[in-house]
Amino acid sequence: MNETAAQEAITQAHHEEWARVVAALTRRFGDLGIAEEAAAEAFATAVERWPADGVPPNPGAWLTTTANHKAIDRLRRENKRDDKHKEAQMLSEDDPPEPLGAIEDERLRLIFTCCHPALAMETRMALTLRMVGGLTVPEIARAFLVQETAMGQRITRAKAKIKATRIPYRVPAAEDLPGRVTGVLAVLFLVFNEGYLATGADTDPVRHELTAEAIRLTRLIRALLPTDGEVAGLLALMLLTEARRTARVSATGELVSLEEQDRGSWDTALVVEGHRLVRERLATRIAPGRYQILAAINAVHTSARDVRNTDWSQIVALYNQLARLDPSPIVALNQAIAVAELDGPEVAIAAVDRLEDKLAGYHAYHATRADLLRRLGRSQESRAAYDKAIALAGNTAETAYLTRRRDQLG
Amino acid sequence: MQYLLSVIHDKTNSGTPEEQDAIDVFNDKLVAEGYWVFAGGLDSPTTATVIDNRDGEAVFTDGPFVETKELMAGVWIIEAPDLDVALKLATEGSKACNRKVEVRPFL
Repeated sequence: MNETAAQEAITQAHHEEWARVVAALTRRFGDLGIAEEAAAEAFATAVERWPADGVPPNPGAWLTTTANHKAIDRLRRENKRDDKHKEAQMLSEDDPPEPLGAIEDERLRLIFTCCHPALAMETRMALTLRMVGGLTVPEIARAFLVQETAMGQRITRAKAKIKATRIPYRVPAAEDLPGRVTGVLAVLFLVFNEGYLATGADTDPVRHELTAEAIRLTRLIRALLPTDGEVAGLLALMLLTEARRTARVSATGELVSLEEQDRGSWDTALVVEGHRLVRERLATRIAPGRYQILAAINAVHTSARDVRNTDWSQIVALYNQLARLDPSPIVALNQAIAVAELDGPEVAIAAVDRLEDKLAGYHAYHATRADLLRRLGRSQESRAAYDKAIALAGNTAETAYLTRRRDQLG
Repeated sequence: MQYLLSVIHDKTNSGTPEEQDAIDVFNDKLVAEGYWVFAGGLDSPTTATVIDNRDGEAVFTDGPFVETKELMAGVWIIEAPDLDVALKLATEGSKACNRKVEVRPFL
């Protein structure tokens, strides 16, 4: 057996089977901790065995069986076998398979458990990346710029809370599902955004491993909940954003604005897939939610071969629609940026200035003002706004971009 | 599993008759649906006395155990199969008594 081929098979199995193995073991043993440790041991065993013995015909089944044995060994070693077995027995007897209809995938239960609203948002993100994404604790700690021990404790505490408070391992009932899916999507969107506009002076401005993981997990949710419009919308939004990733930061590490990007370097396959999802949602004629509207806005941007061909009236219309759904100041700010393209910077600056009370601490507010003031020839005010934006921006590429724009002012 | 639903409030004796009525309705529902274990409102924190007998010589302190704006104003103890059910009931309880509610499982 070729060692490289075995290695590739393990990587692939890790991507495709990790969540399934953890989910199956959680179901059987009723304990996320046992499931996670046994899954990790099973993959470690695969790393030892597969290069010598060859990749088994059904890697997923091999991993689940191995993990089951590891879990039983562990329980035996810990001498809690009777208790735990009783628990496991109870689970299978008292908890007959619930009628879940189209969504009876074990991994879905796992995702809803990890994204439970009784857990803090950052804990949900970490737990989802560990249990569903299969990232290691050091990887997650690096992703969120915290110490490994702190991240380990956060995940351990979360698992303990799930167990002690009895957070159920199930897909929420139909009437609770929309609300709970919203929370899951929020977790995935935060993971994506942390990758796309990474904060911190010492990190890469774009963290591809996080955007890629967020997309992978959103694809999984999409496969599990194919008719949910917002799931499709979020996936489309991520794909259309990710498509522009490589064009977004210059060789010198500076953010490249949408208008200055080399559109030829956008990832065509991702654009095509994103557009297809947006069209699919439009065809349903069901009123779109926030992610679907954001995806549609990105679809308009990515449809223009040249920034001058951008259909700004459509973008403004979509922002108006979004503002009705989500009257937040950040949406209003983005709406004003689009209005500037359609009606000119005078109209936009008036709208932006009205947001000062709410957005004075947000770097994008000052960056937007700086740009509009520059276009209006109000250089001195523009410079002051750039200074504020630079002081507040946390992304290194963005800081570099804002600094150059400021220094170009006459 | 039993859960403690602590009612948290920054004032005392401020329950209105409407709130009391809503609490009665909620309590009846807890009993009717089999969740009820116990419930009760607490008198003002100023009536509290803290006893420390860890050294074998009891020291009494006048007042609640912690200086804080918010204190426990009452409790529900419920029997629920899992946290989702407990959270749902706590959500209804918070509405009924018009206060924040903390949910914690008993060991």
